[in-house]
Amino acid sequence: MSRFSDANLAIADDIISRYPVKKSALIPLLHLAQEQEGYVTDDAMRHIAELTDTTPAEVKGTGSFYEMFKFHPVGAYMVNVCTNLSCQLLGGEELLDHAEKTLGVKAGGTTADGMFTLEDVECIAACTEAPCLQVNYRYKLRISHDEFDEMIADLRAGKAGDIPEHGTLATIRQSIPAGMGAGIVPPEEASEAPVWLARNDSPDGES
Amino acid sequence: MPTHAYVPHAPGYVDNDGPKIVTSRFPHEDSYTLERYEATGGYDGLRAALAKKPSEVHDDVREATVLGRGGAGFPAGVKWGFMPPGKYPYYLVVNGDESEPGTYKDRLLMERDPHQLIEGCLITCYALGLAQCFLYVRGEMALAQERIAVALNDAYAKGLVGKNILGTDFSVDITLTWGAGAYIVGEETALIESLEGNRGMPRLKPPYFPAAIGLYGQPTIVNNVETLSNLPWLMLNGPSQYKTYGSEDSPGTRMIAVSGHVNRPGVYEIEQGVTTFRDLFYSDNFCQGIREGHELKMFVPGGGSAPWFFPEQLDLPLEARPVGAAGSMLGSGAIMVMDETTDAVKAALRLVRFYARESCGKCTPCREGTTWEERVLQRILDGEGRPSDIDMLLDIADNISPGPYPNAADPSQGLEAVPFPPKQTTICPLGPSSVAPITSTIRRFRHEYEAKITKRDSIPVMAETSEGGS
Repeated sequence: MSRFSDANLAIADDIISRYPVKKSALIPLLHLAQEQEGYVTDDAMRHIAELTDTTPAEVKGTGSFYEMFKFHPVGAYMVNVCTNLSCQLLGGEELLDHAEKTLGVKAGGTTADGMFTLEDVECIAACTEAPCLQVNYRYKLRISHDEFDEMIADLRAGKAGDIPEHGTLATIRQSIPAGMGAGIVPPEEASEAPVWLARNDSPDGES
Repeated sequence: MPTHAYVPHAPGYVDNDGPKIVTSRFPHEDSYTLERYEATGGYDGLRAALAKKPSEVHDDVREATVLGRGGAGFPAGVKWGFMPPGKYPYYLVVNGDESEPGTYKDRLLMERDPHQLIEGCLITCYALGLAQCFLYVRGEMALAQERIAVALNDAYAKGLVGKNILGTDFSVDITLTWGAGAYIVGEETALIESLEGNRGMPRLKPPYFPAAIGLYGQPTIVNNVETLSNLPWLMLNGPSQYKTYGSEDSPGTRMIAVSGHVNRPGVYEIEQGVTTFRDLFYSDNFCQGIREGHELKMFVPGGGSAPWFFPEQLDLPLEARPVGAAGSMLGSGAIMVMDETTDAVKAALRLVRFYARESCGKCTPCREGTTWEERVLQRILDGEGRPSDIDMLLDIADNISPGPYPNAADPSQGLEAVPFPPKQTTICPLGPSSVAPITSTIRRFRHEYEAKITKRDSIPVMAETSEGGS
């Protein structure tokens, strides 16, 4: 069973309600599926297709374009080491080599116990704090080889700190309180000029 | 008394003595909360805007010449004017998909001051009569997504976003949305494709601006996070005050990330057009020099896509026009500094590999070309290069970006600068960007390539023996 759980279905409906066109919710829904299972399953993609009036092929077609979506089981912790230029200049490649030795897998591989997947990634926007990495998209900056080993030992010992399991991004979601929204409607229902633009035509700017 | 220092809660940001427009709250640890934001003038820019006609707000942005901070440097006020009248609804898409190598100002702005960005979005929606705003944050930036979610929830609860904002007739919803790892989605038409739930591939041009045909086929403004973050300050202080910073062509400040071999790498808010690269790298207020015992070899002045500069270009100001004339661009405000220990071929390969991995595959010259560039560079670095490989690289490059590629002058070889931008055989600039590291390094450090080339072009023909073959 990897369709959305009841709780996640409610979240999915809430996400869809924030777009004028349902298909726009596709990427956030794929993230939600990955949050539930740790990766995106075929059943989840079928469910997303039902929710967004698309086909499972369209869902996979979109999802497969984006690197963050995994369509097979991966480690509980995704360790993404940056080796782009700024990090390369300050030891990013050496850090990746070290990570491969510590974890016993090559970049792209998952440890036998299913704990870690190691990736060699492109710039993660912390260039002045090189070398850097992300664990499940939480930053570790200016990290030494010893600190890397400590981090892995901590995670193995269950000391994850603020790092959630793979698939979870923001731990707090947007939520528009009832009655407070301006009203999100399909484009064809919003073809009138917004009311406040009438101020442009009044001499004192008041409408 | 110098106050400049790293700020522990905003790793990478350096709080120095310069003017602050967009980073003014960064020194506060709780800068991302609505409480701190309101205590420091937050949403007063929106109040000031709402006291004017929408068209007057647009006039202010036009008059201040707020240049786009995403890469192209196009004036926001002019871009806003490209929307066809009466074709409602209009949309705003905020480009927070910052992925350019070396760049990370937008992440800090989203994590440290999300309300400032939200206020900038509201001002834009008010000025242009926009129906809805989509705040698209890069997938990998979990904390930024979280901070914006909390900020939006708080702002909605206080009536600052949504229906009848601040008790007026102005109503607009802001939807937080996020990507899933694709550099190309930073290109504005690819961003729109992604937001429509599609593969993030750039759209054919024309139309050149989504202001004509954008999200759901409607007129759409796509603006960068930093661009919009300037608007609250601008509304509060006015265009003339804004123009007291920076130069005439490039008013205001901008955020610059300097990484690599400097003593104090960091993200700095600098005055546009007046600060030079030399100031930035060597002065106490900024990077405090190249790391001990080393000297500058080269630098990338505007993100991975920019042609490289060398010590001769140090005295250029950080301003679009002179940097463009000198053969490069300021792009997204990311500078990567390399000292003499850096292997030019290896560094070039790393950036080329990035473009090869990130090419969306839509245009053949880029899809095939970037892959070949990477392969040929890799074999040169592995000691498997052939003498013809240098010309082969230049030939592949010419297929993606025909004609002389923008490059810095090299007085030692009597070479003049080739001004920016490059020509392209592709829909978007990704393919041409992959050419920058190649031509920059071959032009300047051809000897480094030659020293690595160990193979001959052809296999020597074996002399035939008198007994003949088999």
